[in-house]
Order: sequence, then structure tokens, then C-alpha cells
Amino acid sequence: MVTLFLVLSLLTVLSALCVVFTRNLIYSVLSLIVCFFAIAGHYVLLKASFLAVIQVIVYAGAIMVLFLFMLMLMNLNKKAEASKPFSLKVVAVGVCLLVLVALVSIVFLSAPRVCFAPLAPVSGSVSALGPLLFNEYAIPFELTSILFLSAVAGVVMIGSYGKKAKKQ
Amino acid sequence: MTYLETIPSEWYLILSAIVFCIGLCGVLIRRNAMSVLMCIEMMLNAVMLLLVAFSGYYRDFSAQIAVFFIMIVAAAEVAVGLVIFSMMFKKTSSIDLDDWGHLKG
Repeated sequence: MVTLFLVLSLLTVLSALCVVFTRNLIYSVLSLIVCFFAIAGHYVLLKASFLAVIQVIVYAGAIMVLFLFMLMLMNLNKKAEASKPFSLKVVAVGVCLLVLVALVSIVFLSAPRVCFAPLAPVSGSVSALGPLLFNEYAIPFELTSILFLSAVAGVVMIGSYGKKAKKQ
Repeated sequence: MTYLETIPSEWYLILSAIVFCIGLCGVLIRRNAMSVLMCIEMMLNAVMLLLVAFSGYYRDFSAQIAVFFIMIVAAAEVAVGLVIFSMMFKKTSSIDLDDWGHLKG
């Protein structure tokens, strides 16, 4: 189990590094998909099987396909991305390392050990999450449908903005 | 020994801190709007992993419901963001964030 965790973590971190440091945008998107799959593997290990499936379908599937589509529509790969000046990059990496050190030191200095409640191990399966989602969290769940509707309306409106101006 | 008893919760905290910082680094380094959005998604995923880990350690499903809603909102956000990028690309024929300085308001 520990080796499984370590392998998945290594995969997550390496593919995340690949996303940031490759020049080619397509490779960047593909390694982000690998990163999301590794995180889905973590969800499986944590017994959140429903979220693992949703992660694969929504993130690694829908969202990343959207990214790939836009990338290919814009045909960006021909132009090399101009990079920021080297000094700025060094400063950015330094800031990130500083934030990382701060976060990790917070973990080691102040995190209390999580006590395990003497309960039977539970799993975040559909049968466990479904009743919670449709009873306790029914109103937020319905609100997300309104959010999606407004997002679709916004996308169509923004996407057809230029055409309307041409007609007039 | 179950899985959660063999893995201390600090490991998940450190893993998600590392992924979050890599995403932050990407947001600061890259100039391409698309890769900046991808790095933001990565930071979001780091936080979601932490939420799921704590939901496992505390045996509470509410965090998993929260992660479910975060995923839904992220999907809507990406759709709107990518359409804005494509319209900006049509207008300026560039996806470089430094060329979009006039967007700062």
C-alpha cells in the first residue's frame, strides 16, 4: 500500500512538473491528463470511488478534451511561446520554493495527529454519497444546474459576439 | 491495518503542498493563457486531493460532496474561460498574456 502511494505520488509530481516545464502545449495537456489520472488513483486508494470516476470522466475526460480542442482550433503549436526573462523565472521559482517550505513547515510544526474514530471503515461509493447529495445537499445540487445553464448561455453569448456585430 | 492507518495524513498534506506549489510556479512562469489556466486547474486539484484525504481520515462524506461541487464549478469555469480566450485570440491573434495588458481595466 505504501509503495502504491509512493508510485502514484511520484507520477503526480513528475507529470505536474512536466506540465509546467515543457514548451510544447500538447505535451503539457497530455501530462496534465496523466496527473489527473494519478490523482484519481489516490481517490481510489482513499476509498472515494465515486469521486475517482467523476475525476476521470469530468477532469481527464471532458475538461482536458476541451483544452485539446481549443489548442487545435487555435493552431498554437506553430508559434513558439515567448518565455519570460530568466531573472523573473528564477524569482518565481524561488517564491514557489519559499511557499512550499512554509506550507511543509506548518505541517510539521502544528499538525495534530488525526485520531481515528473507532468506526467501521467507510467507502465513498455512490450508494453512500447519493442519499446525502439528494437529501441534505439537494438545494446546492439544483443550483449547480442553474449555474451550468448560465455558463452555457454565457459561452454562447460570448462566442457569438463578433457575428452579431458584423450583421448590424 | 487498513490503508489509512499505514499512511500518515502528513504525507497527503505534503503531496498536495508540492502539487500546489508546482501549479503556482506555472502560473508565475508561463506566459501562455492556456497553460496558466491549466496550472490553476492543477492547484485546484491539489486542494481537492487534500479535501478527499481528510474526508477519509475523519470519515466524513461532506468533504467529498464539496469536492463534487468544486468539480462542477471548475467545469463551468473552464468552458467560459476558454471561450473568452478564443475570442481574445480572434481579436489579437495572440494568446500571450503579456499582449493582453489592456485587459487590466
